[in-house]
Formats: sequence, C-alpha cells, structure tokens
Amino acid sequence: MVGAKTLTPTAEKIRRLMHYGQILQSHALHFFHLSSPDLLFGFDSEVAKRNIVGVAAAYPDIAKQGVLIRKYGQEVIRHTAGKRIHGTGSIPGGVNKNLTAGERDELLKDIYHVIAWSRGAVHLVRQLFEQHLEAWREFATFEARTLSLVRPDGAMDLYDGGLRARNADGSTIFDHADCDRYWDLISEEVKAWSYMKFPYLKALGHEDGWYRVGPLTRVTRCDFIPTPLADKERREFMAFDEGRIARSTLGFHWARMIEMLHSAEVIKDLLHDPDITGSELMAGGKREARGVGVIEAPRGTLIHHYRVDENDQVARANLIVSTTHNNHAMNIAIREVARKYLDGRKLTEGLLNHIEVAVRAFDPCLSCATHALGQMPLSVELVDAEGNQVDRLVKD
Amino acid sequence: MSARPTFLLDGVEVPFDPGQSVMQAALAAGRHIPHLCYHPEFKPHGSCKVCTARVDGRMMTSCTVPAEMATEVESDTEELNDLRRTLVQMLFAEGNHFCPSCEQSGNCLLQALGYDLGVMTAGFRHLFPDRPVDASHPEILLDFNRCILCELCVRASREVDGKDVFALAGRGIEKHLVVNAESGRLGDTNAAAADKAMSVCPVGVILRKREGFHVPIGERRFDRSPVSDQASDFAPRKPEATRG
Repeated sequence: MVGAKTLTPTAEKIRRLMHYGQILQSHALHFFHLSSPDLLFGFDSEVAKRNIVGVAAAYPDIAKQGVLIRKYGQEVIRHTAGKRIHGTGSIPGGVNKNLTAGERDELLKDIYHVIAWSRGAVHLVRQLFEQHLEAWREFATFEARTLSLVRPDGAMDLYDGGLRARNADGSTIFDHADCDRYWDLISEEVKAWSYMKFPYLKALGHEDGWYRVGPLTRVTRCDFIPTPLADKERREFMAFDEGRIARSTLGFHWARMIEMLHSAEVIKDLLHDPDITGSELMAGGKREARGVGVIEAPRGTLIHHYRVDENDQVARANLIVSTTHNNHAMNIAIREVARKYLDGRKLTEGLLNHIEVAVRAFDPCLSCATHALGQMPLSVELVDAEGNQVDRLVKD
Repeated sequence: MSARPTFLLDGVEVPFDPGQSVMQAALAAGRHIPHLCYHPEFKPHGSCKVCTARVDGRMMTSCTVPAEMATEVESDTEELNDLRRTLVQMLFAEGNHFCPSCEQSGNCLLQALGYDLGVMTAGFRHLFPDRPVDASHPEILLDFNRCILCELCVRASREVDGKDVFALAGRGIEKHLVVNAESGRLGDTNAAAADKAMSVCPVGVILRKREGFHVPIGERRFDRSPVSDQASDFAPRKPEATRG
C-alpha cells in the first residue's frame, strides 16, 4: 500500500529472520507438544498420557529439546518484533528496528545447539517411521495436487517467491506465477454446510481443482532446499520407502522437521549477515490502493489481500489461510480414516483419535486437533445414505 | 527565606506553591498520584475520579483540591487503589480496547495505569459499543472506540487552538466524543495536525496517520519505566511547551 516494492536489505533480512523464527517455533510446537504424543505412544494409547507432560515423563530429553527449540524461535521473534506475540517489528515499508550486535550475539550463542537438536528431530521421525512403516505408510493417505511458493531458481523459500501448482504425478499446472494476481489462478467455493471456504485451482474447476499446501508439499515440490543439512534430509526423505512416505499424510511430520532444520540453518546464516545490524530500515514509493501479500506460513500458503479507500480505510479484505487451503484435503484424510477404521455401524473411541491424528498431521489449530490437557470436545455422527443417524459419539 | 508550606502525602512531606492543587504539588515533588483526565498543561477537570484521594479524611479528587486545604493526604492505599482499579476496569469494559493492535500501545496512559494498578481482566462484561472510526482527515485518524471522555482534546481545541473542533454529546452511558461539523467528520473541520488538540489524547483516539508502530517495543514511553515512576514528567507546565 505504501508502494515500497523493494525493501532495504536490512528490512528484508530482519523480516526473514522473524519469519523463520516463527516457522521454527511453530513447527517445534506442532511436533513436540502436539503431535509427538501420538507418534511416540501410539494412536490408541492412554489418553491421560498422550500429551506433552506424558512425553516429558517418558522421553525427558526429547521434550526438553522441543521446549528449547520453541523457546529459541520465540526469542528470534522477540528480538526482531519486540515481543514473542503481537510484535510490531514489521511496519508498512520496512521494519522499526534492526538487530543490535548484542541481540545478534545472544542468538548466535545457541543456534548451533538448535541446529543439532533439529537434525536430531528429523532422525527421530525417521526412526519412528522405520518402526511403524506398515501402519503409517497408508494412514489417511491420498493423492493430491499441490500449491506452494518457490524461489525463482526453484528452491524452497518460505518468505517470498512465485506460486507453483503441480498435479499428483508431479507435472506442472503453473509455475513461478505472480502472487499479485492470485485470483487469476485460485478461486474459493462456498458450501452450505461449512463456514470454511473451499479454494480450488480455477483452471481445473471446483470439483477437481482442490489441492494441498504445507510442509509436505513444500519439501516435495521444491527443486532443492538452499541449506545443506536440510537438503540432505530432503533427499533421504524423498528416497525413503521408494518415495511412498513423501506422498503419505503422516509424511507431513517428517517434512515439518526438515523445514525446522532448514529454518535453523537460515537463522544461522542471517545472523552472520552484516545487513541485519544495518540502519536503513524503511523504503517508500507511490501509494497504492491495493496490496497482496503471500508467504508460506508454518502450515502452508497464506494469502492476504487488501483494498483501501481514499482515506486509507480497508474497503475490502480477503484472506486465504493455510487451513482453508487444506480444507478439502483434510476432509479427504478423514474420509480415508473412516474407510479404514469404521465398520459402517459403530463409532469407537479409537476412531475419534485416528481422525484427530489425521487432522493433526496438517494442522494443530482445529479444536479437535489439539492435545489439550483438559477438555477436547469432538462430536462424530454416522449417517446412512438416507440421512438417518446410525451412531453418534461425543468426546467432551 | 521562608520555607514553603507543606502537606503530608502518605506520610511524606510535600511542599507546594500557593494555587497548586494536591496533584500538581505531588507531581512537582516527584510523587505520583494515578490520574487520567489530568494534564500538566491544562486546568484540572476532575472527571475521571482516578486521582481520588483521602484528604484529611474526606474523599476528594486530588487534581481539584487546593494544596492549601490539605494537611494529610492518603493516596497509595489498598482501599483507594482497589477503587482506582475498578474505575480503570470499567473504562476497559465500556470501550473497545484491543491493546495488542493499538498504535498507542506502550504510550497509552490507560494501559500504563492498568499495568500499574495490576488490572488483569476487565472485571465487567464488555459492552462492545459500535463506534466507527473517522479517517476523513488526511493526516489524522479518530478511533472513538478508545475514548475515555477525559475531554483533553475538547479543552485543548477550545482553550489553546481556539477552534472548538471537539465536544462531548449525550448523557450517562450514551455520552460520547463528537466532531463539531455538520457531517460529524474531522475532514470537514479546520483541524490541523499541528493543533494542540491532536497531541493531548492520553489513549489511542487521535492518531497521526502513517506513523503507527514506528517506535519499537522497548523504546515506547511506558516501556522505559512504569507511569508511577514518571511523576515529574506530569509536573505542571505551560501549554506552549509542547505545542506544534
């Protein structure tokens, strides 16, 4: 809106640092706090133990590393945005602060531990897959088209780039597409039975055009990851089990840990870049009435689109968030769980958690996808072809 | 040389000059008394009641009671701070105050006082009033959602700027800040960004456009120290000191 088409090097790198700090802490939270209980204890394990406290008791080193990686990511955010949440670092046209030499040195002190722990997390997921390969390979798995940002050279870039959409077989639908005109490529369908919209690729129509976003898409659809340790892990992931895990829903967790490692490596590189302590923070330009911003958020592509009036008030806003992009894909995942674990007559407690495990691979934010220590309301209804309720199971 | 007269504030002697209020004398002496509608450049108003103290046993607003009338003033007591906390909570519940996204966060007197008094929740049911913002002025944005009815902008516009841009309208819970134009929009007045009225708002109602969040967290006024440690910044001074 302020017309700053190109940020100053300091502003762009501080924003990148902030964003990769966010990816790091969010992925650590998603995996260690919310998903590792399923993976370490089993999908049918005792509910009272299946949470981060249970992980801390049974696997104290893993839990501790998860907490410390997340804390580190939050510290990166605090130093770049002012606070761990609700920071104000990014402002129209740039940033309001750089990194002081003291802040940089403080972050540098621990980054090598964070890289080592993140690498360990990737290896932990691999070990878990080796132990549970038969069960996890097909769990909630389906073929999907994909959407993600990539750098002009095809590398993974979670902060900026062009849109890449691919078919399930890897063939390209579009590549390096201009985010500024995302609406030429993506539309959203409204369905009467859901508050969530259903985005689709316009070229394929609303029936067939649904797609999947997020770590699994980004890791498998980029040409390479531009940091060495994460790229090595990406190649091993892609080759594992003849590439089948790279197409599996639970492969999200493995991909997520590869991205966490990548984020730690990016943070290290940025901390060694003298621009992050530079003093040119703001850029300007010719004011515009419309602005589109697209990044890869922790759970997938995130689109913000605003139009302002002559008084700078927002006249129109459209957000397509990661969870919405994955709406249809998550529904498919749940259907796959139902196909395998539902006998058509009786809903069981085990089925409920299998549904949660499938959703949690994509997203820990849905209420049923979080391992709260207290209440986790979830209602599942089994309805026959005539619309009659066959069974209902509610978890309060 | 004759010694200045004094009164006791929470057991400590505070000197004062003739004509000073208890509040003015206290602040000049570096002693903070919580307040919202008081401003060091304007006559006392006595409307927010946050500065209410026990003056020789009677509850009085310390911004309006002359220091000459006071012998012993109690201010920093559990009883009075409980009452102040309740007043601040009511203000938070009455308006729409979303501190994390407010440009005035860190520079807001209401927020600073909330922290100082230990306000952890609004304590009352939020009223969620419907108050559209006024962005019609090219340089100033008015967000009425945060108004605490201190009338500082009204007073500044009338007494310093000579423009009468603002006024309060309505009564009781319906009382609200209005712009003195037929359209009710700031863009249709002769208000200017350099007016005193545009720089006195203690909360986030009157904001300069295109300046939001330019000061990083950690460097904003109340990041540096709590409001109760900034008493001398509120000591009486002439309006011209910061005008324009």
